[in-house]
Amino acid sequence: MARKVTLTLCVLGLAALSALLTGCGQDRPTLYVYNWGDYIDEDILEEFEKEFNMKVVYDTFSTNEDLYVKLKSGGSTYDVIFPSDYMLTRMLNENMLEKIDLSKIPNHRHIDESLMGTVYDPDNEYSLPYMWGTIGILYNTTMVAEPVDSWDALWDPRYAKEILMLDSQRDSMAAALIKLGYSINTLDKQELAEAGELLKQQKPLVLAYVVDEGKDKMVSGEAALALTWSGEAMYAISENDDLAYVIPKEGTNVWFDVMAIPKGAKNLEGALQFMDFLNRPEIALRNADYIGYATPNLAARAMLPEEIRDDPQAYPNLDALENAEFFVHLGDTLKDYDRIWTEVKAH
Amino acid sequence: MVRFLKRSYIYLVFVFLYMPIAVLMVYSFNDSRSRGMWGGFTLRWYVELFQDRTIMSSLYSTLFIGVVSAIIATVIGTLAAIGIHNSRGIQKKLIMNVTYLPVLNPEIVTAISLMILFVFAKVRLGYLTLLLAHITFNIPYVILSVLPKLRQLNKHLYEAALDLGCTPARALWKVIIPEIMPGIITGLLLAFTLSIDDFVISFFTTGSGVSTLSITIYSMARRGINPKINALSTIMFTFVLLLLIIVNIRQAREQRKGRNGRNGQKSHFDSLRSRFSGA
Amino acid sequence: MKRSTLFPYVVWMALFIIVPMVLVLYYAFTVPTESGATWSLENFARFFEPIYLRVLWRSLRLAVISTVICLVIGYPAAMVMSGNAFEQKHVILLLFVVPMWMNFLLRTYAWLTILERNGVINVVLNSLNLPSLNILYTEGAVVLGMVYNFLPFMVLPIYSVLSKIDRGVVEAAGDLGANAFQVFAKVIFPLSLPGVVSGVTMVFMPALTTFVISRLLGGGQFTLIGNLIEQQFLVVGDWGFGSSISVVMIVLILLSMAIMSFFEGEEKDVALW
Repeated sequence: MARKVTLTLCVLGLAALSALLTGCGQDRPTLYVYNWGDYIDEDILEEFEKEFNMKVVYDTFSTNEDLYVKLKSGGSTYDVIFPSDYMLTRMLNENMLEKIDLSKIPNHRHIDESLMGTVYDPDNEYSLPYMWGTIGILYNTTMVAEPVDSWDALWDPRYAKEILMLDSQRDSMAAALIKLGYSINTLDKQELAEAGELLKQQKPLVLAYVVDEGKDKMVSGEAALALTWSGEAMYAISENDDLAYVIPKEGTNVWFDVMAIPKGAKNLEGALQFMDFLNRPEIALRNADYIGYATPNLAARAMLPEEIRDDPQAYPNLDALENAEFFVHLGDTLKDYDRIWTEVKAH
Repeated sequence: MVRFLKRSYIYLVFVFLYMPIAVLMVYSFNDSRSRGMWGGFTLRWYVELFQDRTIMSSLYSTLFIGVVSAIIATVIGTLAAIGIHNSRGIQKKLIMNVTYLPVLNPEIVTAISLMILFVFAKVRLGYLTLLLAHITFNIPYVILSVLPKLRQLNKHLYEAALDLGCTPARALWKVIIPEIMPGIITGLLLAFTLSIDDFVISFFTTGSGVSTLSITIYSMARRGINPKINALSTIMFTFVLLLLIIVNIRQAREQRKGRNGRNGQKSHFDSLRSRFSGA
Repeated sequence: MKRSTLFPYVVWMALFIIVPMVLVLYYAFTVPTESGATWSLENFARFFEPIYLRVLWRSLRLAVISTVICLVIGYPAAMVMSGNAFEQKHVILLLFVVPMWMNFLLRTYAWLTILERNGVINVVLNSLNLPSLNILYTEGAVVLGMVYNFLPFMVLPIYSVLSKIDRGVVEAAGDLGANAFQVFAKVIFPLSLPGVVSGVTMVFMPALTTFVISRLLGGGQFTLIGNLIEQQFLVVGDWGFGSSISVVMIVLILLSMAIMSFFEGEEKDVALW
């Protein structure tokens, strides 16, 4: 009996060992990519693997804060990450990013000039834009009587338990701050406290705090209104004609998600190749088409169907957009945000 | 009449326990993404399941971590049980108390404490940290499965082996280990099951794109209903059911041979009890 | 036999059980400063602010409710199963065990499909011309998830104690003139107490500390202690506060263990294991 078991154990051990060896022993370099959930056409990853003979390990996060904490607490190394604008500033301030060599990314010439060299990274030394968009309200026209045009709709008691909020502190706070008429980058403790109160008041009306599952819920008619990002909205509308997206009249946040390389990346070469690959017009086109967000890649945008290319909801004219603000990094005030958001969730 | 009522009550509880699983199984064959309607019979979710690279690679990680952590935990745990069995007094108490710690501690506390340790020691989170974490929470269960067998052991066997000229190591290998083998195997299986079922500890100690099945299911479930998960559930449930039936038939056979007494039933409880930390 | 076989385990334990716990304590009792860290009770002070005490209260309340429901459903089930209503007892027992072997995330996920606004329950209700119910993302859904996941942990220990009760004792009570209720109240129930305590422990602990059930079935609406800890470590990155909540949780668990073993008397073995 004992011998039999020993033998079995040995076999199992060997099997496991050989599995480990085949798993890691390949010569192909590995590229670790950390992106938002549902934020790429995964077939593109496979094509990249084939063309560059590289293995892509693809991991996802759901908010900028998740990304930051994961990188900051250490323990993980990635080669390409996709933070948003304000998070880019924070990471730059804390010296968490590697410089990128634009000459290794020839396809960056396709990117819209007006979206390059933003305040976050004036010379594009550390980042290239990946997608951009706005925040607004996605609503179901069969469940909401009149057209929505104001952030007040998310506080409308008629839609109690039919409202979805984002489980992301900057975005949900932004909705409350805009509604109150304050800047979404306010450092004023009083204004922040008011916004926190407003979110606590709203809580009985909220069905759930969601991130990636929001669009599925809207598509299947689980909720009437949702605070959401423009690209999520475009995807949802393409799945369900009853849905509509609006940028409320009080204002919105215009955001950019960028590609960057964190300090400690092991596969710099691969990271640059990956960024270049994503900016090939036909790849960028497929990607934008698949996930529904606005691509900064002009060559790709030109190939999109006209009704998407010129859709003011998907590709708003930045100059014409009133009361639109970018997020900026808040420095120490972030602690107040963390605290207020924890309190709202705990309420 | 009373008997009928009693039975109906149990059947009612079974309906409660099995309805969700049955619903998942039915919907795994539904050719429509929406739950409201039946879009016809399909196997496409199963096809998509096997083509999903995230799911397949996490299945592989789950099995790999499960097998390796169970084997290592069994070796360390068995040796530890023998050592504990032969300790006395304060030393024994101390070790037993520390052994109970991960069993009694809320899983999330064990999880964050290990995460802090790994990050603090600058170990890259991934396969290695997952493995270390799984071995850590598995060892106590191995010890607790082996210890009862050691208590049943005849003390004089070992001495007799020494008297007959065995070296201590050889006596351990030839005499003790075979005697406690049922306990070791229970421990091994238990460790394997706990490892593949674990979510909380893996969730906090993994990184760099390594994901177990539980973690993948969690992130998919957070994103909403997904027919692929239904297909996965159906496969896993069928697998578990078959496994349990086989194990039970074997146990029933052994019981008939009169060897194991009521051992069969007991092992269910033991394994179940230990799973109470499973959420 | 040599005690040296303990060596690898002792090293492992020190490294992966003791050191991590010490680190948790360290983070709980310090706050970071410019030059490192100083000892402080600030993290604990924060936990005792009303807003977090409400989270604690909610966690305790939901855990107690789930435990009570499990007991109310589970005790009769265990009694019936240990009695002679079924010929094939071990098959019935097995049927109880099977769902437990399925991944618990899948078990929780299954309820999403059933409870949704357009889920199974509401489809059935609507087809009967009844109005839809909002069940998902309520406290009720969270409790349901806990009861569903932990019910077998209540039934099995009670069953195992009940089936060990000497039939003779029960018959003797009947012969001495006790009616069915008295037999239950004076004989069976007291004898089954160790099983009850064990079951209560096994349901209460995971219910108190879960963060998955409340996240999936509560829609991020109902923060429990577990969610608070998760949030501090994975979203906010405040290890100090997260660690201090963990320490509070350990203390809570130890306290309830002490209370349980007080009720249980001598049969300590059962409660722990």
